Amino acid sequence: MFSRGKYGRGVASIRLVGVSKHFGDVKAVDNVSLDIADREFMILLGPSGCGKSTLLRTIAGLEDPTGGEVYIGDRVVNDVLPKDRDVAMVFQSYALYPHKSVRANIEFPLKVRGVDKVERAEAANQAAEVLGLTPYLDRKPGALSGGQRQRVALARAIVRRPAVFCMDEPLSNLDAKLRAETRAEIVALHHRLEATFVYVTHDQVEAMTMGTRIAVMRDGVIEQVGSPQEVYDTPASVFVAQFIGTPPMNIFPAGALEPGNLLVGGRPEDTTITRDQGVAATVVLVEHLGHEAQVVCAVDDHTRAIVRMNPSDDLPRNGDTVRLNVPVEARHRFDSASGTRVD
Amino acid sequence: MALDTTPKGWRSWVRYALLIVMAIIILFPIYTTIVASLKPGNRVLRNPLVPDSFTLDVLGDAWTQGRLGRYLWNSAVVAVIVTAFQLITSIASAYAFSFLRFPLKRFFFAIFMATLLVPFEVTLLINRRTVDSLGWLNTYQGLAVPFLATAFGTFLLRQVFMQIPKDLNEAASMDGLGHWGFMREVAVPLVRPTLGALGLFSFLASWNQYLWPTMITTEDDMNTIQSGLRLLRSSDLDKPNLIMAGTIIAAVPILVVLVVFQRQLVRGLTAGAVKG
Repeated sequence: MFSRGKYGRGVASIRLVGVSKHFGDVKAVDNVSLDIADREFMILLGPSGCGKSTLLRTIAGLEDPTGGEVYIGDRVVNDVLPKDRDVAMVFQSYALYPHKSVRANIEFPLKVRGVDKVERAEAANQAAEVLGLTPYLDRKPGALSGGQRQRVALARAIVRRPAVFCMDEPLSNLDAKLRAETRAEIVALHHRLEATFVYVTHDQVEAMTMGTRIAVMRDGVIEQVGSPQEVYDTPASVFVAQFIGTPPMNIFPAGALEPGNLLVGGRPEDTTITRDQGVAATVVLVEHLGHEAQVVCAVDDHTRAIVRMNPSDDLPRNGDTVRLNVPVEARHRFDSASGTRVD
Repeated sequence: MALDTTPKGWRSWVRYALLIVMAIIILFPIYTTIVASLKPGNRVLRNPLVPDSFTLDVLGDAWTQGRLGRYLWNSAVVAVIVTAFQLITSIASAYAFSFLRFPLKRFFFAIFMATLLVPFEVTLLINRRTVDSLGWLNTYQGLAVPFLATAFGTFLLRQVFMQIPKDLNEAASMDGLGHWGFMREVAVPLVRPTLGALGLFSFLASWNQYLWPTMITTEDDMNTIQSGLRLLRSSDLDKPNLIMAGTIIAAVPILVVLVVFQRQLVRGLTAGAVKG
């Protein structure tokens, strides 16, 4: 069911070569090159305004690149209309047709492509079944909850059986519980559909749990591409180190933990409070989260460091002066000028 | 029930009193017209405000002597043509100004809107000369063609088209729709209440045209209901109630249209006023 390429070409690798998108003087995407393999689940991750959505829209054909080439499969698609790229898009706002029933929404891409009524209905029924929408087929989107609308948007995307799915923060309007459920549904859908997924999010939990690889973006450029574990374990820059991981990696000023001119980082779970070794800091907040406690320390006026501790440990109190240390093997070193990783 | 004499109560009394006075002022001419149209000719000037006798003969006379059937038909033909074309041209131009990208778009839209500042009377003579030179005097096209497009309709529809989320347009283009498809399948169905209101306005405006039909019709057969009523007056000076009866007949179709489409009208006018 839903083998790809039924109505499209079935080619699914994506290659971006020096792609740029400028809006006047603003470089939303700046000379980005990226290879996305066939059937990969690629996450474009970054803060608001980093260019991730623009890059996704460029792949989908909703933005014309200012420079560079976009390949889907082995053909350049810069001048190919969105509808002819064999790409489906799921929008943050769902973008359902409010005047059409759920069934009509799901069937619509097939109707536009001239698929006959019987086949359309069958495909819509299958998509609805996969996403648990069968009881709602005759309702209008306005009569559905946010989660159900999101599933209709997914059904409308899968019914065409495209080779590539572009998803632009599709879970950001859902509450936390529904988001976790739908996250799992999308991952399952990726396995079932055997298609290439490009998924934009600013939520690192989504990125870590869903993607086969993550491209971390900042200011229109890709800072690092790698598997979630790679990106977490060996962040390519201070920015990535602090963007991935909750709480973010502690970055100690040059010369504080080690002699020299390098910034030294340590994950909160690797950072320890010691009696005599390490950087002096003042405890400013102790947060109890039930399963752990997070001790927030001020290293200096500009630097905060967080230590994850067992709540049953002997926790420091606000105002205590402590020393923070990171085992040598768990340290990350970054150039203090450029912020890039040096080991 | 005790009289509410608090300041708020008094304000309410004053407000209702004002509303009643205004309602009387507005309804008074309608009342006198109805009373006069239902009175025999010899009693119409005696106690004109009192409905002391009743006959449907005057309405019948107006219908036959005034050829109102023919005039109503002409008005209906012209109003339907004008309404249909105004809807089509407004949809097309409003869509272009909302969804298409082309050079000098804002400038052209400003030009469109500027035509709203030109009163129809200013263009009356030149339009008549044009229609005359085309040989369209005493024709349906002469009555209808100058009104086939409306800047007001373009403005109204553009405002509601602009409220359609951009994502919907992009979703449609991913689904394979071009501009025509998006207009037909998504944009127009979404603004149906406003289209209903615009259609109603166009119909009413066309139906109530008096000056233009009077200027370009010289043959009785091509009179519309409004220009035809004028002939009723000049042919029967001694029967003032005939013209009243004609007016009532002329108003009935409009009344029916208004009652049927009242909800549409209100929904269309308030569409987008409140975030839904």
